[in-house]
Amino acid sequence: MSSLDPRVNRLDFKKLADGNTHTNSHLITWEVFHQEKRGKQVVHVGIVHASTPEMALILAKEQYARRGKTTNLWVAKTSDVYTFNTEDEDIFETTPEKTFRDPAFYKVRDRIEKFQNKNKVAL
Amino acid sequence: MKNEAIKDLLFKMADDALIIGHRNSEWTGIGPMLEEDLAFSSMAQDKIGHAQALYNILHDTFGEADANTLAFKREEKNFKCCQFVEQPIGEYDFSIVRQFLFDHAELIRYDMLSQSSFLQLAQLAKKVKGEIKYHVMHADTFVKQLGKGTEESKARMQSSLNYTWHFALGIFEKSELENDLIFENIFDGEEELKNRWLEKVTSIIEASGLKVPATDESKIVYGGRKGFHSEYLKPLLDEMCEVVRSDEVTAEW
Repeated sequence: MSSLDPRVNRLDFKKLADGNTHTNSHLITWEVFHQEKRGKQVVHVGIVHASTPEMALILAKEQYARRGKTTNLWVAKTSDVYTFNTEDEDIFETTPEKTFRDPAFYKVRDRIEKFQNKNKVAL
Repeated sequence: MKNEAIKDLLFKMADDALIIGHRNSEWTGIGPMLEEDLAFSSMAQDKIGHAQALYNILHDTFGEADANTLAFKREEKNFKCCQFVEQPIGEYDFSIVRQFLFDHAELIRYDMLSQSSFLQLAQLAKKVKGEIKYHVMHADTFVKQLGKGTEESKARMQSSLNYTWHFALGIFEKSELENDLIFENIFDGEEELKNRWLEKVTSIIEASGLKVPATDESKIVYGGRKGFHSEYLKPLLDEMCEVVRSDEVTAEW
């Protein structure tokens, strides 16, 4: 079989057809956090497969810091992340109704902004 | 004479970068795992970028043809790359060991050039420093991981090191023009580079539980810097230049 794409010609189809392939299921996953600037918060961006934290960092660099500005990356084992059970999602149900917990709820906010704009200060 | 010496240096660096970049890009789509496929491809692109920057200096400063012409329209015998970078990608252990040995030389070479009296190279050296540092970190991490991994990974790494060693030493093939570079404080020379490289790779090979192969001077693979290449360069150039040759007039990049 010959293709115009040299990459296709490099594939060993017989080997693939024989099921002679390997998966990366023997590797654990690492959660990757991206920091744009020094001092800014790190933001979760995805996962990588790797066997050690050093390998996870090396691989995360090209997955998640290939474009745009980056100052650092963090990795942490996925298994070290603790979460609620999915069936406990109802504990968050009424949260959207509690608008009094939103700073924008208070009418005084308008007056603060007016004062800020007038005096050019940040409160 | 001085200009000829600089051109010789630029051509061999650019051709090394272009050919290793093309070789490593052959892993795109068939890498050992998704993350590594992407990382290795991305680094291959970096190498093509370094080649382009060096060809641009040749064009802008020395009146050579433009980068595309230099990359795609030269005959095999005019390429100055070492035979090490021409070798087929083989199994992944070979490609990783090649990256390890080649990129340590690149990192030190650019570090030396960051002090060069030839300003275009000194500026480029500062610009690409971070990229090559990552390429080296990538290779070191793999060498340490696999050198201390399973019996199989250790054996494969050692056998690839033994196989590549005399190819790698061919990177440092001297040019007759080199003394001009050293005299003019442009580049401190291949011997100095080789000694620094040897010290560095030795410490990492040993820290990875592997053995530094014994050097047999008579087995070092020279020739590339003078235009004598292995059987593998011609087919690579044919594939790389296929599009340009098929559409001579209108191909744009």
